Amino acid sequence: MSTDNFSSVILTLVTFLPLAGGLLLFLFPRRDRDVRIFSLVISLLTFILSLHLPVYFHRGADGFQYEINKQWITTPNIHYHMGIDGISLWLIVLTTFLTPLCVLISWKSIHERVKEFFILLLVLETALIGVFVSLDLFLFYFFWEATLIPMALLIGMFGHERKIYAAVKFFLYTMVASVFMLAAILWLYAKTGSFDFVYIRDHIGSITVSPAASFWLFLGFFIAFAVKVPLFPFHTWLPDAHVEAPTAGSVLLAGVLLKMGTYGMLRFNLALFPEQSRHNAPWIIALALIGIVYGALVAMVQPNMKKLIAYSSVSHLGFVVLGIFSFTQAGLNGAMFVMLAHGVSTGALFMLAGILHERRHTYEITEFGGLASPTPVYAASFLFIVLASVGLPLLNGFVGEFLVLTGAFQARPIYGIIAATGVIWSACYLLWMYQRVFFGKVTHTVNNSLPDLTGFEIASVWPCAAAALVMGVAPILWLSAIDPAVHGALVPFAQIVSKVVGQ
Amino acid sequence: MNPNLNLWLIPILPLAGAAINGFFGKKSSRQAVTVVGLFFSGAAFAWALQAAFRFASLPQIPYQEFLAHWIRSGSFGVDFAFYLDPLSLVMLLVVTGVGFLIHIYSVGYMWEDPGYYRFFSYLNLFLFFMLTLVLANNYLLMFIGWEGVGLASYLLIGFWFTKDSAAAAGKKAFIVNRIGDFGFLIGLFLLIQHFHSLTFSTVFNAVRPYGAETAGAGFLTAIGILLMVGACGKSAQIPLYIWLPDAMEGPTPVSALIHAATMVTAGVYMVARSHVIFERAPIALTVVAIIGTLTAFFAATIGIAQTDIKKVLAYSTVSQLGYMFMACGVGAFSAGIFHLMTHAFFKGLLFLAAGSVIHAVGGEQDMRMMGGLRTKIPWTFWTMTAATLAISGIPGFSGFFSKDEILWRAYQASWAYWLVGVVTAFITSFYMFRLWFMTFFGKYRGKAESSHDIETHSAHDTHGQHGHGHGGIHESPKVMLVPLVILAILSVVGGYVGVPGSLGGSNRFDKFLAPVFHGSAPANAQNQPVGEKGATEQTTENSEPERGASAELLFTGISVALAFAGFGLAWLLYYKDPQLPGKIAASLSRTYDAVSHKYYVDEIYAAVFVKPLINGSSKILWQGVDRNVIDAAVNESAEGARHLSDEVRHMQSGNIRSYAGWVALGSAVVIAYMIWMGVR
Repeated sequence: MSTDNFSSVILTLVTFLPLAGGLLLFLFPRRDRDVRIFSLVISLLTFILSLHLPVYFHRGADGFQYEINKQWITTPNIHYHMGIDGISLWLIVLTTFLTPLCVLISWKSIHERVKEFFILLLVLETALIGVFVSLDLFLFYFFWEATLIPMALLIGMFGHERKIYAAVKFFLYTMVASVFMLAAILWLYAKTGSFDFVYIRDHIGSITVSPAASFWLFLGFFIAFAVKVPLFPFHTWLPDAHVEAPTAGSVLLAGVLLKMGTYGMLRFNLALFPEQSRHNAPWIIALALIGIVYGALVAMVQPNMKKLIAYSSVSHLGFVVLGIFSFTQAGLNGAMFVMLAHGVSTGALFMLAGILHERRHTYEITEFGGLASPTPVYAASFLFIVLASVGLPLLNGFVGEFLVLTGAFQARPIYGIIAATGVIWSACYLLWMYQRVFFGKVTHTVNNSLPDLTGFEIASVWPCAAAALVMGVAPILWLSAIDPAVHGALVPFAQIVSKVVGQ
Repeated sequence: MNPNLNLWLIPILPLAGAAINGFFGKKSSRQAVTVVGLFFSGAAFAWALQAAFRFASLPQIPYQEFLAHWIRSGSFGVDFAFYLDPLSLVMLLVVTGVGFLIHIYSVGYMWEDPGYYRFFSYLNLFLFFMLTLVLANNYLLMFIGWEGVGLASYLLIGFWFTKDSAAAAGKKAFIVNRIGDFGFLIGLFLLIQHFHSLTFSTVFNAVRPYGAETAGAGFLTAIGILLMVGACGKSAQIPLYIWLPDAMEGPTPVSALIHAATMVTAGVYMVARSHVIFERAPIALTVVAIIGTLTAFFAATIGIAQTDIKKVLAYSTVSQLGYMFMACGVGAFSAGIFHLMTHAFFKGLLFLAAGSVIHAVGGEQDMRMMGGLRTKIPWTFWTMTAATLAISGIPGFSGFFSKDEILWRAYQASWAYWLVGVVTAFITSFYMFRLWFMTFFGKYRGKAESSHDIETHSAHDTHGQHGHGHGGIHESPKVMLVPLVILAILSVVGGYVGVPGSLGGSNRFDKFLAPVFHGSAPANAQNQPVGEKGATEQTTENSEPERGASAELLFTGISVALAFAGFGLAWLLYYKDPQLPGKIAASLSRTYDAVSHKYYVDEIYAAVFVKPLINGSSKILWQGVDRNVIDAAVNESAEGARHLSDEVRHMQSGNIRSYAGWVALGSAVVIAYMIWMGVR
């Protein structure tokens, strides 16, 4: 097969390989061990296959690569249109990177309905990748909603005490919000006669849209994305969903699912409605800033470790939204990098919290204390990830945060100043939590005999730690692909950019 | 062609040591850990020395070395690249030299500690970050080191993490430093906004054409003040000094290396490095001078009433750092760096000697439980004496030269700085000799020596212990004494590189740093009348007018007299009549209480900032806004929707799997429809 041909099918392969694996699992006998091994193999294969994307990616180029565009349905005019640029590229790799780790972390902790669990996990992976590769709005919406089902089922079937409440809340919250996006997509189709993102982007300037309509269109997309992010004040589904979700669910939820929202803003809101984006940026940034500070302060006082991490996500994703709506090169680069860094380190934090839950069946911080003595490897791994998350330079969190803050400061100094307080807050909530869990003398005797990390747990956490380090030391590997794409995304905002850079 | 110094090796070597000991140290023998820890820190020192020897023959100074790109965003970029000029060379030698000595000392001090490998791993890691900070050629790489030494400090303060106070102190240090870093970062954003770069040479070249912002505060003033906020955190200045005294929870070698000799001076280094900016921001410089002066005085007064030997030294460090800031604030950057160097020698020594004392008396840190140790630990006594004389400003010792130069330069800026500075010098001499007398003279006031062994084991958490016969008070092993002696020699002679002209010297130190600091002041500042504010008149440092020499001698005489007065007072109170201090404290009980409780600053911060923040976040934001407003609204509307859809609800079981079934069925129908449309 020539490389050209391969280039056009690679996205299809990466997207649907997990689904194919999931379907094969249906036919599997209920031998849990085999199911696990098979899932691991499939997810690893997907990861390896997805590495083709960055390796052969033309880094200097703007525009979409590995494109495939086939007519799928004629009426309505729906295309099987996929393609990636530097923005979606790494989100796909992030997804395929985290999924095998999710398989590993669930290896021992899931022992009932094992088959169903791994089927859902693989189906979820396909839906997530699909979101990032779709260039047809209908296709996008299909994958977008398709992520809901396996995720809600993962929470509802494999979660903890209040799993049904959390699953339903998650499902309804995001489902309702998505309806607005569906309306906007249908409206666009009615006007342009196409679901094709590239076509709509290039032609939306030539069709007459009243400012009011354009605002509602913008808002339709934005609401769906904002709930997913989640942007303050739409965030209350997140802590509940996380606390009840099984570890793998939390990892993918925080690691990838939330980024669908910020990805959507970057891809659709900015590209399709640049004027509206600019117009609405002040209140969006205000919400993002509130989210940064509010999420951090509320995280600080959480008695539950998983809720703490969940609220910290609200804070971190606030950085992403801030970066996006700063409309600066640094801000957008930073936003992309925070997405990836947050995916890796918060994913790892949820794994680490899950490891503790598996041993003690609780996330309450007061149930622990002094764990550094009985479980030194676990404590060291946890500290490493905590440091990545508080944005220690040379680890992944710093690069993105720094770039976002730089961009925000360029947009308006006060944005950068308020957001930069996050540097202080993140140290407060994470180090305080770390101190209470790991330092001091062991407070509950049962914790004296806690086993340290097992091989499976090391295999799932340490790759994240390694990624955090490499991303912090050599962010250029990622940024060199992101930068041109971001530059392209900012072309409609050239006016603003030139004003900022060229003074 | 430019010769290649391979400077990158200097930070990388200790990093390798940290990694090896961190990963494999637990299973290695102590000997292996020692070899790794000492080899990699020693190799960094050796490499720094060879760079120093080749320094004079470099064709171009500053020497710059590019390693790799780090961050790229549009046209903005930051590299891993190194920068060597006289200033960074001085820092480099101090950090690797003193650092290596303290590594050697730690072998003896920490030998019995179960976390021996961990200790050396952290200590090497610290060197890596500190050397990155010192050698960086741009602000962001410096910031890597800046935050990284904060991490090492966090790990080492909380080294005995089972002790709650140690864990809390580590966290406090990190968070307070983060507050400073917040200012530092904002300063960097301003630099990016105005110069689109963080590289030292680019920024400074862009700044040079600017005149001094004498008319009012401009952006250079803002940058200067923001950088100063960062320096206040790292170098423990008012109002962010509160973490340093608590940091004494760490093992004593850590206090010597990180919290006296090197890391805490990073703020001074950063201000001196940014002198091109500060020289154009007189208001910012004045802020530096005032904060430094106040801190020097304020911390010294607290030092009087401390009874913990390490706490005295901690407040003394804060106070001495204040002197360095005072120097920078009046534009005497090279004097500040000079004091930084001599301080690294004598304060590093003071801590190591204090460690040796603590070691000798079995973990006791309270000076009231010491006394009369002079004859029992003579090596410790004599080395500590050298350091005490140095810090007190007794003529002929290193501290005398550096402190004197600062005071003289401060006087030229404003008599007020000088007055506070010289009073502080008196207090310094007093509290240091108080420590000296309380520890080494009089009668031993500690527990009977026979119970010493029991004490040793119960004090296990407080400091590393030696297994060898703890029969009583004993001198430390050679591996600890050798660094003491070397540092003592340096404390005595280290000042002779910078003997000022008025004392018949030629201040070679100042001349060595001259290429860095001279000729960089803004053009319009040199025409300013001398003596307005300190900031505007830092013209040249070595061309002091001849007529100033006799005046300088007079001021030297005053500060020497006060140093001896401090000694005399300490002698009177803590040697001649030891009952007197108690009586004085009793008659001034209010004041004494306030001072010995460090003016209740920690308590005030807790009441004003920490408690409201936590309670507000918990009660108002989380339980108030999050639960009772937002979530309540969501649940209300969900409830409303449920009533509406009551009819529909009847066909639903409430079982999540049946929901899933419905959804799956629905999806299947849609997909089937689409496929059918597709193949049609």
